[in-house]
Amino acid sequence: MQFGVFSVGDVTTDPTTGRTPSEAERIQAMVAIALKAEEVGLDVFATGEHHNPPFVPSSPTTMLGYIAARTERLILSTATTLITTNDPVKIAEDYAMLQHLAGGRVDLMMGRGNMGPVYPWFGQDLRNGIPLAYENYALLRRLWREDVVDWKGSFRTPLTGFTSTPRPLDGAPPFVWHGSIRSPEIAEQAAYYGDGFFHNNIFWPKDHVRRMVDLYRRRFEHYGHGPADQAIVGLGGQVFMRANSQDAVREFRPYFDHAPVYGGGPSLEDYMDQTPLTVGSPQQVIDRTLAFRGFVGDYQRQLFLVDHAGLPLARVLEQLEMLGELVVPVLRREFAIDRPAGVPGAPLHPQVQAARTARAACAATAAAGPVATVSR
Amino acid sequence: MTTSPSRSLVVVSAGLSQPSTTRLLADRLSAAVDRHLRDAGIEPHLEVVELRDHAQDLTNHLLTGFASPRLQAVIDRVLAADGLIAVTPIFSASYSGLFKVFFDVIERDGLAGKPVLIAATGGTTRHSLALEHAVRPLFAYLNAAVVATGVYAATEDWGGVGVAADGSLVERIDRAAGELSVAVAARTSPAPVDPFADPVPFDQVGRSR
Repeated sequence: MQFGVFSVGDVTTDPTTGRTPSEAERIQAMVAIALKAEEVGLDVFATGEHHNPPFVPSSPTTMLGYIAARTERLILSTATTLITTNDPVKIAEDYAMLQHLAGGRVDLMMGRGNMGPVYPWFGQDLRNGIPLAYENYALLRRLWREDVVDWKGSFRTPLTGFTSTPRPLDGAPPFVWHGSIRSPEIAEQAAYYGDGFFHNNIFWPKDHVRRMVDLYRRRFEHYGHGPADQAIVGLGGQVFMRANSQDAVREFRPYFDHAPVYGGGPSLEDYMDQTPLTVGSPQQVIDRTLAFRGFVGDYQRQLFLVDHAGLPLARVLEQLEMLGELVVPVLRREFAIDRPAGVPGAPLHPQVQAARTARAACAATAAAGPVATVSR
Repeated sequence: MTTSPSRSLVVVSAGLSQPSTTRLLADRLSAAVDRHLRDAGIEPHLEVVELRDHAQDLTNHLLTGFASPRLQAVIDRVLAADGLIAVTPIFSASYSGLFKVFFDVIERDGLAGKPVLIAATGGTTRHSLALEHAVRPLFAYLNAAVVATGVYAATEDWGGVGVAADGSLVERIDRAAGELSVAVAARTSPAPVDPFADPVPFDQVGRSR
């Protein structure tokens, strides 16, 4: 199972100091978060893609390419890549290039964006959201899998004799997750292709999460990709931790009360009760996250949101250290217990898989002795 | 052994005070519908929802995008009901904000085809057409089947002095309740569509384009 962090990339005022980071500071903070994620042993860093203030990450492959050069093991991903308003040809090229530069440590999560005007800004119509997601993704798949593409569709100029370059690294396209918060059509699309399904559950009650993931699993099996319990599922979750849970609540409450996405609504306590938000001790985060398995089944990827609500970078990095030191090692161990043998891990590029196998073999040799080694 | 058919109705009252005139009208309408359905040999199940009790959750729903478990239970009962009685006070020449918020957070097609009786209260008869120019279009947008008679009750109607051209308040309540009862009796609500249980198959969506 993979653990990581995802960042929306919002520039938000710290409500306790009134200080707003500059775009430059926020961009560097996202890089620092990614580097810290690798340092503390997390598997994945995913960036959002937005084309409006107060968000900075409009150019994900530029940022991920830079992070790729400064990391060795971290998988670089998106949350999400706008399959609706980006040209699928450009997505095919950009992420194939990133794949080469990052040695295969790349996957993507497709999404439709969070703001209506982005569609007209990029020459599209919001009412075509789902058809755009369907058509563009169908083309993207072909561009990565067929060397020469003849194609005609409704939303972009036709292609005749087009080759997307560079070709995917070793002929293996990046793995794709489809992110959806509430559209059954996207769960259906992910199931149809046998791709991953990431349900960003951070603002949603668990009954909704259960229904979305269950739909994807059932349809994954329906389309012949394997048993429902072997479908590839990812979940989000947002946390703030201190050793003592009262300290966590006291420190995070002003951030919650003023955050653009939380403020003015339910109390922190109600929100924690109704969504995955966990403000408390590392043990509470462990218990909460392990409970996800109870309603979505064994899954493959858990991404935490930690740089939210205007928290300053120093506090975010502390959160990452706690995740790496106190939370994720326990989650890896606990999620492995009783995990059925057939449940796969999240798909990796063959180069990344080979490097991991080599590292594991190396570690096993080094630790030779009567010690039982537990994989992942 | 045969059991008599039954119908479920939810009565949504957006009154704010306790006791409220809006609730009083809602109760009179409920009693009249109950009587009409029983006369037709139908077992009515009526439940009153006071939106005031859910005001905080409704605001939270606007801000968070999801319903608290308590509010969701109310929405689910409205979606599943065979008929609806919707009663609002008239504020500033229209339905109250609280009333509108409730119907804003119900999914777009949730009331399609559902028989609805609309009613409103106000301080003066001068606002009686608010039912027709504000409340009825709202439900028309939602594709609800609004019965022909809307019931507006001004303060003076409760004294019986203000007998409108179309009869006293008691007569209008009875006529509207009769219309709703006929509509509800004639219709069995289809089970609410669950897009998560029955998705449109991907290849069908592909073909339809």
